[in-house]
Amino acid sequence: MFYSFRRSPATIADAVLALLCVGGALLAPWIAPHDPFDLASVNLLDSFMPPAWSGQGKAGHLLGTDNQGRDVLSAILYGARISLGVGVAAVLLSMVLGVGLGLISGYAGGRLDALIMRVADVQLSFPAILVALLIDGVAHVALPRASYGSIALYVLILAIAISGWVQYARTVRGSTLVEKNKEYVQAARVIGRHPAAIMRHHLLPNVMGPVLVIATIHIATAIITEATLSFLGVGMPPTTPSLGTLIRIGNDFLFSGEWWISVFPGVALVVLVLSVNLLGDWLRDALNPKLR
Amino acid sequence: MVALHGVGRDFDVSKPWLTRLIEAAPRQLLQAVDNLSLEIRRGETAGLVGESGCGKSTVARLIVGLYTPSRGYIEFDGNRQTPRAGAWSAEVRRRMQMIFQDPYASLNPRWRVADIVAEPIRAQGWAIHRQDLRARVAELLTQVGLAPRDGEKYPHEFSGGQRQRISIARALSSAPEFLICDEPTSALDVSVQAQILNLMQELQDRLGLTYLFISHNLAVVSQMATRVGVMYLGRLVELAGTQTLFSRPQHPYTRMLLDAIPDLEMSGRPRTPVAGEVANPLDPPSGCAFHPRCPHANPRCRVERPELKGWRDGTLVACHAVEEGRIGAD
Amino acid sequence: MPAPLLEVKHLRVEFPTRRGTLVAVDDVSFHIEPGEVLGVVGESGAGKSLTGLAIIGLLEPPGRIGAGEVLLEGARIDNLPPEAMRRLRGRRIGAIFQDPLTSLNPLYTIGRQITETILAHLPVSRNEARDRAVALLAEVGISAAERRLNHYPHQFSGGMRQRVVIALALCAEPRLIIADEPTTALDVSTQAQIIALLKRLSQRHGAAVMLITHDMGVIAETAQRVAVMYAGRIAEIGPVRSIIHAPSHPYTAGLMRSIPRIAHTGVGRDSAQLAQIDGAMPRIDAIPPGCAFHPRCPQRFERCDRERPALLATGDRLAACWLYASDAGR
Repeated sequence: MFYSFRRSPATIADAVLALLCVGGALLAPWIAPHDPFDLASVNLLDSFMPPAWSGQGKAGHLLGTDNQGRDVLSAILYGARISLGVGVAAVLLSMVLGVGLGLISGYAGGRLDALIMRVADVQLSFPAILVALLIDGVAHVALPRASYGSIALYVLILAIAISGWVQYARTVRGSTLVEKNKEYVQAARVIGRHPAAIMRHHLLPNVMGPVLVIATIHIATAIITEATLSFLGVGMPPTTPSLGTLIRIGNDFLFSGEWWISVFPGVALVVLVLSVNLLGDWLRDALNPKLR
Repeated sequence: MVALHGVGRDFDVSKPWLTRLIEAAPRQLLQAVDNLSLEIRRGETAGLVGESGCGKSTVARLIVGLYTPSRGYIEFDGNRQTPRAGAWSAEVRRRMQMIFQDPYASLNPRWRVADIVAEPIRAQGWAIHRQDLRARVAELLTQVGLAPRDGEKYPHEFSGGQRQRISIARALSSAPEFLICDEPTSALDVSVQAQILNLMQELQDRLGLTYLFISHNLAVVSQMATRVGVMYLGRLVELAGTQTLFSRPQHPYTRMLLDAIPDLEMSGRPRTPVAGEVANPLDPPSGCAFHPRCPHANPRCRVERPELKGWRDGTLVACHAVEEGRIGAD
Repeated sequence: MPAPLLEVKHLRVEFPTRRGTLVAVDDVSFHIEPGEVLGVVGESGAGKSLTGLAIIGLLEPPGRIGAGEVLLEGARIDNLPPEAMRRLRGRRIGAIFQDPLTSLNPLYTIGRQITETILAHLPVSRNEARDRAVALLAEVGISAAERRLNHYPHQFSGGMRQRVVIALALCAEPRLIIADEPTTALDVSTQAQIIALLKRLSQRHGAAVMLITHDMGVIAETAQRVAVMYAGRIAEIGPVRSIIHAPSHPYTAGLMRSIPRIAHTGVGRDSAQLAQIDGAMPRIDAIPPGCAFHPRCPQRFERCDRERPALLATGDRLAACWLYASDAGR
């Protein structure tokens, strides 16, 4: 499995980068220099401090502090953790939903297939972000203010998941239509296996290839969607900010000189998305039995 | 052992509903198999030949239960096929298996060979020890001429001939009595084909199997089968013992088919020229389906469909000309 | 004696890969006389298609001609620049490939495809080209040729399409036609028609044919001489009749014995089983030293694993086998 890894120095460099980003995000609580959400350790007097390498910066805050004295670097690490978490969870949910519906649609055919595909078509006529916005915004309004903070995370994941299932369903349905006429599926039917078993054990491994490709791109998109929603104010609340929220917070101060509050989270977002894409490429190659 | 009674199967190949509405086009029904009656006796190898589009593959799938008949019914050892989607009970399924044509598509590329071969056993739901299962798989692989450790590999590591062996091992794993072979060697090279055919004959002798052997290659069928049925456009036109069919073919189509085979002996024997092409199965000719290409067609052939009737030597022929004695019996 | 139309001398087709250079066609030499039909027969992987592609200059990179010469009417064509090769194709060498479905452009009428080809190669007017196209279509057996000029490929059946492809190959009046498995995708009855057509047309137009196929029967019907290929090398080459009746090379002998045949006289084969050659053709990256066939050869001896045999004269043909070495070094 690691042969593909060793093949080129570019891949190794990519992998190292990916590992750094993802590792950093996951280990945030342990490696962040400060806890930006621990109100006790945050000092308002420290606010608006520029990055450490410019003249007025303090050594403890490498990338400066924001308007409330929170360390930008720590905030980025925690924010990346949330961004990545939301992205991965949303994509997993989306994948389960989309692949499942795609398999059923392709294998069953007939009216069920037509129904599922029409629903998909209708949804596709709306931009994905609009769908996510719709679900999220409605939840924002419909749910009581007090509980919103705690379940914002789940609503966000659900919204992004629902906005993205169609591409999986379509691709999987196409692959299923091709595979189900192949003789190994007929052989399974001759043996007498239940359609659900055929879908799960025979079709699923053979249609998953393109799904992984879509999923890796989708994680990146999901992270950006989440960032967008947070930026617009309907995503993660400022108490548990993701990278998008951080960018939004910093946006107000962009033109008044405290550029680092917005720019660094932005750069972090780009790097995170890039490294996730690269990791996905490698994962896809590694899982193909024909290349083993 | 297996009996088909007046089996017919139609496929709806009409254009999508909306298109039909707009174009005011009628529904189109493809009669892939029409009024086919056939008996396969225990222990024999029944051959079914015909060119593409004659419906022989459809017959295979009807027998095994992948399609349900539109008309008629099928019996296996006295049990009748049910019209439900399942078609056969699990018990019957265990006793009947199928080998497919394409060695590259008939094995799941993501499964290991051992799992592929063991699937029918696992699907039975019997409680079976992992050791026993592994032993059984090893036994099956050896039986078809492969090594037990080949079970760890994936299908793409094998050649076409070896893959067919794996298919055969899979078909044998539930200890069936009846095997349907749908063009099992058509995709293989000649020398590999010889190996697989020999293997199949050997297995039949050893395990007492009954085969239904379907092929478009008449020479292969003559090698393997004891009785042969010839199909044309979904209908059975002749049914006879192998020796009889190939030395004294009755039906004009059978004669034409035999004449068309390239003559390896280069004996320079006279051959009747082949006429025309297989008609469109969507719009078969009236009366006898073969009449446009038949040198012996008369007005009756254009109108009345011939029934499969007994002729001498136990042959069954569906032809007016033969019945009326218009064709020389050589 | 007139000079041969096509001469292939020590042709070598290789594929450079990361793991080394793989040789698919290894030191192949033969010639084709004007107007004759040479059959090139072999199983899949023997390199026969690649030989044909190399001659006509259609090798897909990374495949390339590693060594040897191809001479058409005395002049080298293997080292021509792409533009010159393009002019050669169609005009002096025509090609027919296996799948008639993909050989024709589905977006143009066949009339247009034929006339365009004629105009590209011959100095005639558009009207004259059209007349020639009609004449050709009629010659290949397409009725109502004038009207069918305006039809698209999908409006023809498989056999008809292959006839159109033959017409297309002949339209610029080439001296040599390379036919790669022209009848494999067709039914037996259609196959017979196409073989007869090819033979008739090549005689009438004076075009030589290099007929590449795995089907020995087709060769027996059509060719005057045959080259049997194995693992990228020629095993035997000589007159068709004598090679088929009395093959010299053990591989050819094994091949002929493993082909199932129908006994027309009613007397079956004396053994119930086909003679088989054990093992399989070696893969391109695992060709044994010495004679490529020696691991499977029932008549091998010591010299066979060491030295690769050259084509040795025996009787009326050449066979690459040490059995026929004049010094009889067994």
